[in-house]
Amino acid sequence: MSAATLRTPFPANWWARTLWTALALYVLYACGILDVSWDRFVRGLDNGAKFLDRMFPPDFSRQKLDLLQVGMIESMQIAVLSTAAGVVLSLPLGLLAARNLMPGWVSWGARGVIALCRSFHPVITAILFVKAVGFGALAGVLALIVASMGFISKLFAEAIEEMNLKQVEAVRATGAGFFNVLIMGVFPQVIARFIGFSVYQLDSNLRNSTMVGIVGGGGIGATLFTAYQRFDYDFVLTILLAIIAVIMVAEIVSAQLRKAFQ
Amino acid sequence: MSELARLRTWQRFTLAQRVGRGLTYVLAAVAVVWSLRTIEVIPEFLYDAPEQTADLFRRMWPIDWSFWHEMVAEALVETFHTATLGTIIALVLSVPVALLAARNVTPSPTLNLVAKFILVSSRSVNSLIWALLFVAVFGPGALAGTLAIAFRSIGFVGKLLAEAIEEAQRGPLEALTAAGAPRASILLKGYWPQVEPSFWSVALFRWDINIRESAVLGLVGAGGIGVALDTGLNNLYWDQVGLCLLVIFLVVIATEIATSAIRSRII
Amino acid sequence: MSAALVIRGLRKEYRAGVPVLRDVSLEVGGTGMTAIIGPSGTGKSTLIRCINRLVDPTAGEILFGGTDLARLKGRALREARRRIGMVFQEYNLVERLSVIENLLCGRLGYVPVWRAWLRRFPPQDVARAFDLLDAVGLGDFATRRADALSGGQRQRVGIARAIMQDPELVLADEPTSSLDPKTSVEIMELLAQLARERGIPVIVNIHNVELAKRFAERIVGMSQGAIVFDGPPAELRESHLLAIYGGQGWIDA
Repeated sequence: MSAATLRTPFPANWWARTLWTALALYVLYACGILDVSWDRFVRGLDNGAKFLDRMFPPDFSRQKLDLLQVGMIESMQIAVLSTAAGVVLSLPLGLLAARNLMPGWVSWGARGVIALCRSFHPVITAILFVKAVGFGALAGVLALIVASMGFISKLFAEAIEEMNLKQVEAVRATGAGFFNVLIMGVFPQVIARFIGFSVYQLDSNLRNSTMVGIVGGGGIGATLFTAYQRFDYDFVLTILLAIIAVIMVAEIVSAQLRKAFQ
Repeated sequence: MSELARLRTWQRFTLAQRVGRGLTYVLAAVAVVWSLRTIEVIPEFLYDAPEQTADLFRRMWPIDWSFWHEMVAEALVETFHTATLGTIIALVLSVPVALLAARNVTPSPTLNLVAKFILVSSRSVNSLIWALLFVAVFGPGALAGTLAIAFRSIGFVGKLLAEAIEEAQRGPLEALTAAGAPRASILLKGYWPQVEPSFWSVALFRWDINIRESAVLGLVGAGGIGVALDTGLNNLYWDQVGLCLLVIFLVVIATEIATSAIRSRII
Repeated sequence: MSAALVIRGLRKEYRAGVPVLRDVSLEVGGTGMTAIIGPSGTGKSTLIRCINRLVDPTAGEILFGGTDLARLKGRALREARRRIGMVFQEYNLVERLSVIENLLCGRLGYVPVWRAWLRRFPPQDVARAFDLLDAVGLGDFATRRADALSGGQRQRVGIARAIMQDPELVLADEPTSSLDPKTSVEIMELLAQLARERGIPVIVNIHNVELAKRFAERIVGMSQGAIVFDGPPAELRESHLLAIYGGQGWIDA
């Protein structure tokens, strides 16, 4: 058997090899740029040990727990209010943005609003709202309303665009008006998904409400940031544990809710 | 009357369903009302909100372009690298956790639970809070930011990856097992080809999010364009803030266009 | 016999200069079934959809009870639509709604928005929906979801929905094309019975020439956007079919 007749079962994939090499080179380069070095990392670990040492044990004293409770409840309120308002506003916005229901200029306008809502991180929106309405939970609520509108209406509009238009046509052929077509032709097809997005957003708003406090938007984030600035690291750990616990519970509840409405 | 009584009636939901739905609505309403009543709103602040907002935009304009060379350009590059490197680290770290969390790869409920706990912890703590912690450990700078991005992303990538692994078809895996392949080979030749498409799409999706997130990490000192934003905010130089916001906006739009282009090319 | 529907010079161009309907004129009497036959893409569907304005005609008039449907807008159009029932090829039921809700969709032109929202349909409508459901043999399926039904059952619901409207005219767009031969016959029987008992005209688009000849009192043959045959089934000869469909091989000698 000559060498020429040998067939290789795996032809070399030069594309993949080049990409992997490029990725490895990039990692080295980026580490250089960001001043990520082994030396610094080790020094950091040393610091980290001290840091962890100061975190443990978490502070469960009465007074701290009261602070924690106040902050956590405010975070939940922020999440509830921003989700409620976000859902109410997203319903019309999503409808307006659906290209198969609305004339072009309307849906483009609505899409512009959605894109604007989505383009800024909630923290940045929170900064602007803190300037506009002052420190406190209201700024946080407003920031998260904007984020919720961006998320829910985008997915809602996509769900409407994916629905079956024949069913809508049939309802329209009965002489139903626009709103009756919506109620009996459009909503039955998309409402389950809308509820799913809303519940997911409640979850996500609870998570984000722990963050807007850092820039003055109220909630547990404010409590956390204050403790951090005072080097109150054992209380920081308490707060982190509480956040993780609350969000775990919220995820379980929201998964059940979504199942119930599906 | 007897005419009406003869008519068959129809209701959309059974009694139990109606009670359940009613309770849900009432509960939601109570939650909203309770939140509205207790949340702190200072009316004086609210009255001059429009004025404050107008003032905000008036001060932002004209944008201070000189700030671009001073700080923004360099910080922008740093933000990009923070997001990208953070995503790569997260991808590497999330693979073992995802394997542990997937019930079909790791048949031990205890290990599954441990992995799930790691994933949920990573996701519950916001990237901004992760950044706070890493700034305390490594000092201010992009290293803290990169690790914050990485640690926040592990939960996201790991969860989706674990779901993709659990959805892998059993047939090819059984065939490999029947051929006597060792576990590592089954992972590499049985699972990986099935999971690979979702792995890359999750990676792309998270990178898009991470660009947005790394833009604000600087607010707590973790490097990138957020530092420039924070400087402007602290000095009340709103024209510099305006530049930062504009740049962030453009970067986010560019990233979204880039990711959707890559996605439509690959998937 | 007075004409219920008069179509004059109807023209439809989806793209300018490429007419799908070339100045079609047609009169349909006050009763009986009219079948429109013709090859795919010849404008049968467009013709039917122009009548209730799911498609907007480019030119021409459609006189129905004295009004020109082609010029109606908004409220007047909706009021005209509710007098015209329609049966679709793929049934077009709202699949996530129950069967009874789908029937009640036929009343949407009459009930105000709040009633539809709260599902508080007038009791007479609900009772009639049940009766109709019994009449099409689906009495036990009222609260099933529409997507749990078979094709033939769905089309019965589709027909019942059209009757719920109390129509003065029923349009059926390929009502049997997605069904097996036996069910197709049953559906056509149902439509014919409806036309007979309620004395309303039914216009059916149909591929199947045999079914058309068996059930319709009048056949209209269309080819390339124009009417090339119009007469009772008995007069339909092979030469007509050749003119309508073209080709030769498909007709068995």
